[in-house]
Amino acid sequence: MNQWSNFTKGFFKENPVFVMLLGMCPTLGVTSSAINGLGMGLATTFVLVMSNIVVALVKDFIPEKVRIPSFIVIIASFVTIVEMVMQAWLPALFEALGLFIPLIVVNCIVLGRAEAFASKNSVGSSIIDGLGMGLGFSLALTILGTTRELLGSGKAFGLPIFSESYGMLVFVLAPGAFIALGYLIALINKIRRAG
Amino acid sequence: MGKTESSLSNMALTLITITLLTGAALGYVYKLTEKPVAIAKEKKQQEAIRLVVPEFDNNPAQEMYLIPTSDGDSLKVFPAKKEGKKVGCAIESISHNGFGGDVKIMVGILPDGTIYNYQVLEHKETPGLGTKMTTWFKPSEEDNVSKASGNAFFNWLFGISNNSGGGNTSIVGVDPTKTKLEVSADGGDIDAITAATISSRAFLEAVRKAWYAYTEIVDTHSSATTKEKNSQEGGMQ
Repeated sequence: MNQWSNFTKGFFKENPVFVMLLGMCPTLGVTSSAINGLGMGLATTFVLVMSNIVVALVKDFIPEKVRIPSFIVIIASFVTIVEMVMQAWLPALFEALGLFIPLIVVNCIVLGRAEAFASKNSVGSSIIDGLGMGLGFSLALTILGTTRELLGSGKAFGLPIFSESYGMLVFVLAPGAFIALGYLIALINKIRRAG
Repeated sequence: MGKTESSLSNMALTLITITLLTGAALGYVYKLTEKPVAIAKEKKQQEAIRLVVPEFDNNPAQEMYLIPTSDGDSLKVFPAKKEGKKVGCAIESISHNGFGGDVKIMVGILPDGTIYNYQVLEHKETPGLGTKMTTWFKPSEEDNVSKASGNAFFNWLFGISNNSGGGNTSIVGVDPTKTKLEVSADGGDIDAITAATISSRAFLEAVRKAWYAYTEIVDTHSSATTKEKNSQEGGMQ
């Protein structure tokens, strides 16, 4: 596989949210607005790239039977670092994402890429894989967040598009997350079949 | 993967090494971020004090004192003074009855007992509903101020609700002796946030607690403000 397709696979062909249905907890939880989705996606991308690098570096030293606990410790450390850095220098974003930052640890995309890709490939390919998957995840979360924000409160990225009184409140709440995600997956599947 | 054999000593050694290294890395980052986190929190508090009371030239954080409330909390009181004269005080108040947990606010009260402004410090309310409390209870001319601090999103919501609703949602400038600080559904004078009555109740509870704490201060601490309060009560009768 060349590096370009390695990078782009996360956006469409193997999109973690729309195709592989991984990391559903943050996907459904934080996407009540476009900016929250983007922030969560970028935080996950950082953790994904960093943990992919470290896992690819140490893969030869870790005995197979303890690889999962080792990966989890590495991932959890990077998540804690993200949390502390965000709290220190981006308090506004930290407040918006709050509870969901620690949950990046249990986001199956991160462990999934460590196990399925970084532990079998070189550091360079792992960085590109992490970047592609992370940005694909961010893209999916931003699309879902924008959809919900637009339908629910008539705005995109906080900018008013139409009056809030026409908004369907349910899309900002939890049930709307499932409904919007379902239709988006159906749409992506339709495009994939046609392509 | 798997170049190292999965023997007991290898596995134990690997896990110990990894946890030691990550522990050290975390300790280092914690040291790095410790100060900025404290500064960010202090800055937020300072900013909130600055927003909720008129201009002052003392350091309210240094003159902070605690006032116990009837239900076991102690509220922080930050007196604001200009040229030695009291211009108001900021009271950090809390309600435990929010929809998602505690609601922490900073309320500024003027020496004449009216509410000057408020700022929400911490809350866990539903995004898009209870979160509107950051601007809902302010009058619409606050829009520009809050937009500067990045709250255009909620402000826009607020602007619309104010134009269409026409009810009384603002607590800014009200005198709690004359206005009942409860949601209108409970017989009060303030309209609750649409679809977020529980959050509104919690918010107003926190405001009421700050107000009671304030009346404690004027009764016991400062005779000048007590006089003012008495005359105000006299005016009511």
